Parts: sequence; C-alpha cells; structure tokens
Amino acid sequence: MTNTEIRDFIANAIEENHAMLFMKGTPNQPACGFSARTSGALNALGVKYAALDILPDPRIREELSGLSGWPTIPQLFVDGELVGGCDIVMEMFESGELADKLGVEQPDEDDVPPPPEPEQKQQAPIGLENRLG
Amino acid sequence: MVVTLDFSMPSANELKERIETALPGAEVAVEDLTGGGDHFRAEIVSDRFDGLSRIQQHKLVYDVFGSEVGGPIHALSIKTSTPDGGQR
Repeated sequence: MTNTEIRDFIANAIEENHAMLFMKGTPNQPACGFSARTSGALNALGVKYAALDILPDPRIREELSGLSGWPTIPQLFVDGELVGGCDIVMEMFESGELADKLGVEQPDEDDVPPPPEPEQKQQAPIGLENRLG
Repeated sequence: MVVTLDFSMPSANELKERIETALPGAEVAVEDLTGGGDHFRAEIVSDRFDGLSRIQQHKLVYDVFGSEVGGPIHALSIKTSTPDGGQR
C-alpha cells in the first residue's frame, strides 16, 4: 500500500462512519491505557462505532496525524470531525456532552462500570523500554 | 532488535518552562506520571484559551512540542481552562 492509499483509506473511514476511533489495539484488546479508556467510554454509552488499530503499520499514524493535525493516539471522529483524544473524550463523557454529540442517552452512573484507569507503567529493568507499543 | 537509549529525556520542569514561554502569563503545572520522563500530565490555566474549542486549546499546547509528542514525549495528557474557570 502506498502512503496515498493509506491516507485515502483513513479519510474514507472518517467520512463513512458516524463514530470512528483510531486506537492502539482493538476495543476488545486495547494496547494502551489511553486507548482503553476512550473505547471504554464509547462502550459504556452503548454506541456503535468503528475502530482501527494503528499499530500494524507506522504509516497509519503518520498519515492520520498529518490529516488531523493531532499528534497522539487515540483520536475520535464524529460526523467527520475530530472530537479529541483521551482527555477530551473522557471530559465530554463525564459531562454528558459525548452522549449528546453521539445522539444517545447518558447512561445512569450506577449502571455503568467506570472505564479502566490508565495502566501504571512497569518500570523496565536497566532503563530499557519497549517503544513498540 | 535494536534498542536505542535516549538520555535526553525531558523533565516535568522543562516542559513547564516551555509551556510558560509559549503562553506568557499562563499558570502551568506539569507532572511526570511514571517518573520515566516520557508520560506527562499538564494542567494549564491561560486566558489565551478564551473562545477556543477544547481541540484548539489542546493543539496550542501540543504545538509547543511539535513532533516530540509521540516521540521522546510518549504521552502528554492535557487539561486546559481559562482564569474565569470556563473550559471554552
């Protein structure tokens, strides 16, 4: 796949899906705490969304950030527009704005398990770090 | 596999100073979340955020660090507000 094809694929995914999440890993197996919290919020709202794992090819992330002007992952788009990353999505989830934007009811707090907290990073031995995640 | 050690990891204080330089008058607190010099949380109060959407506010902060975010700065969690307490 060429970079242009990747970019077109991303642009298309954003356009065709009411809610489009770019994340590390998948909603079932998130590979990063920030992605886990963001998909967790969408799951808690019971909203239908598309998710793309950006990890398989580093160019996905490069092209996505080039397109959106947003440097980090995850990135949530609703109706073709960037809503934000984990911080903004969680703020909007807690205030009920996210439910509004997605056109769903804000669930009762008691009925919904809170989205997972960001993971505590393990201290790697002798300062080595896995940057692949 | 080749592992490159990067000893030029930024400190919380350095991030704080760079945000303060870019957004004069801002109240900035930066926390190193893991002690590893690559996962940070920044809370910024600035009147420069007045009238901007959250996306635009956060982009102002990300722009201070350019491509370092996602590179040496692995994660930068941001909370922005204006001095009157409003978020937009």
